[in-house]
Amino acid sequence: MLTARLASHRRTMGAVISLVALAILVPLLLLALPESSALHVPSYLVALFGKYLCFALLAVSLDLVWGYCGILSLGHGAFFALGGYAMGMYLMRQIGTRGSYADPILPDFMVFLNMKALPVTWWGFNHFAYAMLMVLLVPGILAFVFGFLAFRSRVNGVYLSIITQAMTYALLLAFFRNDMGFGGNNGLTDFKDIVGFNVQADATRAVLFSLSALALATALVASQAIVVSKFGKVLVAIRDAESRARFVGYRVENYKLVIFTLSAMMAGIAGALYVPQVGIINPSEFQPTNSIEAVIWVAVGGRGTLVGAALGAVLVNFGKTYLTGAFPSAWLFALGALFIVVTIFMPKGILGLLDPRRRRAPPRKDAPASVEAAIDANVPVDR
Amino acid sequence: MTAALAKEKDMRVKTMMDLATAALIALKTSASDADRIAAIKTVAAHGDREALAVLDQVAAASTGAVKAEADAGHAAVTTKLALWGYAQNAWYGLSLGSVLLLAAIGLAITFGVMGVINMAHGEMVMLGAYATFMTQELIRTRYPALFDYSLLIALPVAFAMTGAIGMLIERTIIRFLYGRPLETLLATFGLSLILQQLVRTIFGANNREVGAPAFMAGTTQIGGLSITYGRFWIIIFAVTVFIALQMLLRLTSFGLRIRAVTQNRRMASAIGINTNRADGLAFGLGSGVAGIAGVALSQIDNVSPNLGQSYIIDSFMVVVFGGVGNLWGTLVAAFTLGIGNKFMEPFAGAVLAKIAILVFIILFIQKRPRGLFALKGRAVEA
Repeated sequence: MLTARLASHRRTMGAVISLVALAILVPLLLLALPESSALHVPSYLVALFGKYLCFALLAVSLDLVWGYCGILSLGHGAFFALGGYAMGMYLMRQIGTRGSYADPILPDFMVFLNMKALPVTWWGFNHFAYAMLMVLLVPGILAFVFGFLAFRSRVNGVYLSIITQAMTYALLLAFFRNDMGFGGNNGLTDFKDIVGFNVQADATRAVLFSLSALALATALVASQAIVVSKFGKVLVAIRDAESRARFVGYRVENYKLVIFTLSAMMAGIAGALYVPQVGIINPSEFQPTNSIEAVIWVAVGGRGTLVGAALGAVLVNFGKTYLTGAFPSAWLFALGALFIVVTIFMPKGILGLLDPRRRRAPPRKDAPASVEAAIDANVPVDR
Repeated sequence: MTAALAKEKDMRVKTMMDLATAALIALKTSASDADRIAAIKTVAAHGDREALAVLDQVAAASTGAVKAEADAGHAAVTTKLALWGYAQNAWYGLSLGSVLLLAAIGLAITFGVMGVINMAHGEMVMLGAYATFMTQELIRTRYPALFDYSLLIALPVAFAMTGAIGMLIERTIIRFLYGRPLETLLATFGLSLILQQLVRTIFGANNREVGAPAFMAGTTQIGGLSITYGRFWIIIFAVTVFIALQMLLRLTSFGLRIRAVTQNRRMASAIGINTNRADGLAFGLGSGVAGIAGVALSQIDNVSPNLGQSYIIDSFMVVVFGGVGNLWGTLVAAFTLGIGNKFMEPFAGAVLAKIAILVFIILFIQKRPRGLFALKGRAVEA
């Protein structure tokens, strides 16, 4: 037990140190070295890996709720997208008179849709601080309200997954509508500046990359602190035996609500860092499949390992970039197979394969994921 | 006009001319009030949008008793049209409900028996639609005389094909994941991606054309209600499938075993039911029913690799709303959601109506986490 904790601590520290090193090195390699140098990092790669780091942050946030508390949320893609939209709205307001219609206040699509005044939802987004607050608050409040209702009524297991998916789907439909005032089908794009710096410039990209790396490192440290605390122990207890935790006297719904809200805010930050690096946010980010894909990143790396989740996100997305380029039709086969292989053969993911305990006593193949799952195995519906 | 009317034999022409004469009299200010009121009554009895326009004109051009009569007639016609409007909405709702029922009923069986959400269920519907396409192609090229029966022939083909694939999936993937419903959800999602891509590779990404047999083409008019035969037969078909499944589950020993496993797996196992086998058969049955749903849906939707995706979330909603372990719940849920959706559409728009339905279900689940018709049982977690 102690060795396992030490190993997990060492893993987190290792990941944090490498991320900080990346945050310092990559901008140097991009900016200080001439393009002819062998060590020069091209700017498109910086943006690409910056994107992976945002996905990794999303995966860590999902691992907190799924890996440690057993809540399989299919709504984290939506929290990610909401954070992204908050950032996108700030970036839209920064365009100012440089848009095609040169309206100082209204973004292009609003002029195009004949809107006369800025909708209330857009007020204040010209201030960076307000936009950043919204990046946290919008996903946070949605998760809080949703979680408050769902956990109090003891909606759990597959039912919770399904209604989080319904929430994501409803948001997808809503953001596709033009009269929502968020750019409809086309979303928000053509960004120019972020806090006064050109979003296309190499230096800005390098800084955004570093910020993503640092955000991921901070998230890993914070999540590690949460899961080793007493609060984290209760979360694991809830995951493994929810009713037992409740009978022992813990207010299960409060624990779930806190971690769900925190995790949604983390996903929102990931979305906010993602948008300036890819230069667009549109409703397709709300696709329910995106949320499920995020779950598989966590499963590939190893659920309940934090670092594994981040690693899984980077690896799967790297594979996606490579395969969609090299063999376009193979990617969906590969992704589908990944879902099946990981859930059946590697329930602990990549880090599970590297686990030092595995060498001594290999885990039983048919071991259920949790105590309650074992009970479920016998009585799946009769609960 | 009156002379022509007396000679006319064809009933429909006669009615039209009747109406025209009445409209002329009603509009003629020189005619006597009694004649005009009688004419207004004739026009109002006709009760469609044209009659409404005539009555509007009459009311505007006259005073006193005639005007009062025209206004009364106007009100009566408006009410009648509104009622027909409701009936039309209800019809659209029934039609949507029957589609939802078809898509969801197979899912209800697998979810009910195994507590497992099969994310590849939509792909089973899609495969059923492609089975219809292949059957029809074969018939078109080899036995064109049988074309009108192609859908009937496709039904057993689709059932057998998707049922067999379902049992294969159960044997090779799902049975390794019993007791881990969330992992099953992920694995079956992976499977759905593979099936979609497989169909895309074999048949191409474009829509495939599935023809309608003669008895399913065309529309008919009942009062103010316009009914397409295709939709009509799909409602009949959905209800037939529902009744057949109910009978299978209620009246056969196979159904008895499935119900026993749904209600209490350990007890069923203790009295000698092979629960493994029941799982496999239930999964095959659920998938087979999805396949025959695909036969019906090939008539109203594009047969493309994405066909299943458009139904899967709706099917979940129906099953979760209706509750597990009781097909009546699925029936009530499908028609409630279908009719609710169509009644909201006229004033909320299609997208907003759908969002409202989703939000309604999310809130409903908070109140009744186990759906409309929850299975009662001794439970640690209720």
